[in-house]
Amino acid sequence: MAIDETKRKVLGWSLGISALAGTLGGLGLGVKKSFDPLPSVLEAGVVSVDLSALTLNKPTTIQFRGKPIFIIKKDNMNFVNEKRDVKIGDYFYSIMIGSCTHLGCIPAWKQEKFVCACHGGQFDSSGINTFGPPPKPLVIPAFKIQNSNIVLGEVGPEYTKLVNS
Amino acid sequence: MAEIKETNGIVDWLDERLAVRKLAKVLMTEYWIPKNINFLWAMGIVLMVTFMLLFVSGLMLLAYYKPDVALAFDSVNKTIMQDVGLGWLWRHMHAVGASLIFLVIYIHMFTAIYYGSYKKTREIIWITGMLLFVTFSAEAFSGYMLPWGQMSYWAATVITGLFENVPLVGEDLLVWLRGNFFVADATLTRFFMLHVVLLPISIMGIIALHFYSLRIPHVNNQEGEEIDFDEESKKFLDGNKKESKVIRFFPDFLSKDIFVLCIYLIFFFLLVGFSYNFAMDPINFEPANNLKTPAHIYPEWYFLWSYEILRGFFFDIPQGWWIGLDFLPKIPAMTIGLLAFGFANFIFFLLPFLDRSKVVAPAHKRGAFVVWFWLLLIDMIILTIWGKLPPEGINNVIGFIASMTFIGLFIALPIITIKERNKDKREAK
Repeated sequence: MAIDETKRKVLGWSLGISALAGTLGGLGLGVKKSFDPLPSVLEAGVVSVDLSALTLNKPTTIQFRGKPIFIIKKDNMNFVNEKRDVKIGDYFYSIMIGSCTHLGCIPAWKQEKFVCACHGGQFDSSGINTFGPPPKPLVIPAFKIQNSNIVLGEVGPEYTKLVNS
Repeated sequence: MAEIKETNGIVDWLDERLAVRKLAKVLMTEYWIPKNINFLWAMGIVLMVTFMLLFVSGLMLLAYYKPDVALAFDSVNKTIMQDVGLGWLWRHMHAVGASLIFLVIYIHMFTAIYYGSYKKTREIIWITGMLLFVTFSAEAFSGYMLPWGQMSYWAATVITGLFENVPLVGEDLLVWLRGNFFVADATLTRFFMLHVVLLPISIMGIIALHFYSLRIPHVNNQEGEEIDFDEESKKFLDGNKKESKVIRFFPDFLSKDIFVLCIYLIFFFLLVGFSYNFAMDPINFEPANNLKTPAHIYPEWYFLWSYEILRGFFFDIPQGWWIGLDFLPKIPAMTIGLLAFGFANFIFFLLPFLDRSKVVAPAHKRGAFVVWFWLLLIDMIILTIWGKLPPEGINNVIGFIASMTFIGLFIALPIITIKERNKDKREAK
């Protein structure tokens, strides 16, 4: 009499497939977790800046997530662009990532504007591209206002408003 | 249980336990190679030896290299280059070897394309070969990061940055991949792990598979002739060596390979000793600085063709203009470039299936295919040259045309080869 092997095959395949799925799933989760940024990295990914200490009408550079962030505290309304600048207390503030939108070089502050040494791009004090190859204004990083501080790395309603304007 | 008999010497002793005589026959003395081949058939051994040189020089470098953003640059440029005895030699061998292995891989690939060695029963050889190309590319990229110079850093930034364009999860994926919000220590150590363990082990495994996949269909020959290996090997073993169309892998074929290898090694060590600068980008002798971008970022020469395809598409394409749906968002240039880049790196895997003709013959005997072959080669050389030029003015247009030509050639391949097949059928009737 021939032995019916259907059950054995079902059992064999079930074992094989569940073992494979378990191993790959476990390994996947393990690798995912191990390669996640460390707690110290995540902590350094949120930076609080005290606005009262900033110099007026000159950019202050802060290193945040490996990139320079320019913050300019302004009291001269001629240099304020309401679509790009945020009002906190008595002053307007321009906040932007100091990385040229052309090819990522870092522009330098020269005579009331940012000038990029690599390909000659220029941005005004609110980060709007005014000359040369840059295709768009400097990027505004995510920020949140907390009392008289700006917290970089968290999203606040003022940031959402600027980005959507 | 095997029959117990008197053991006669060490080989006999091993043979009883490991069947070494049978193994030697299968792998060497009765592994048959056609006589009708040329020096291009030696590239496999040349690659194997280059890989071994990379492996050994890599071990020596590993003895002093420090995978840490604060120490890496000096461990290479001071400790290894100035203090370690022969450290400069290992580094130059490793850098020159990495460059040359790609040159020989390209020669090896285009030899296979020219002689149709990817077709009919040899598909797995081609596919494992392409797997090796991809793994070697990953190996070269991860290794380039380790000296932690400016070009290491910014090449790593640009290439890992590509993953930001993955839909939906892009930004999170990028942070996960780098282990930080920018290329940093965590990035260096994990690519170090890939470069010195996971990728070399994978390469060795795939090489074994690549060799194994050759054993059954055998090596192709200059005319694409289908050889009856049983019959021809019988002639050889019976003493009709002159009549037989085949020779033994060892010692016959290998002795000729070693001649080609010797010539190659003379050039290799000439470059290592005297002309290594082509493999040592001056920008990389400045330590990595995440706040300073080099004016031009470009990969090593062997990645330039696919890099040029990546940036060849420099304008956004409006999705709906041709059907009057202007409101649809534009497809950004970056997305198109990425898709083309993915296409370029994947399409070679499909070559055995895109070629619809059954003819195994050198390109010059296949009509339109020979034109296709040279167009592909010339196009890839043009892409390589323009990949290094800054993306300005006319360069953008040339890059775009060359990229489109590359894609067009692979779309044309099935059409050309179906025509060839039909013509072949008509002639057979």
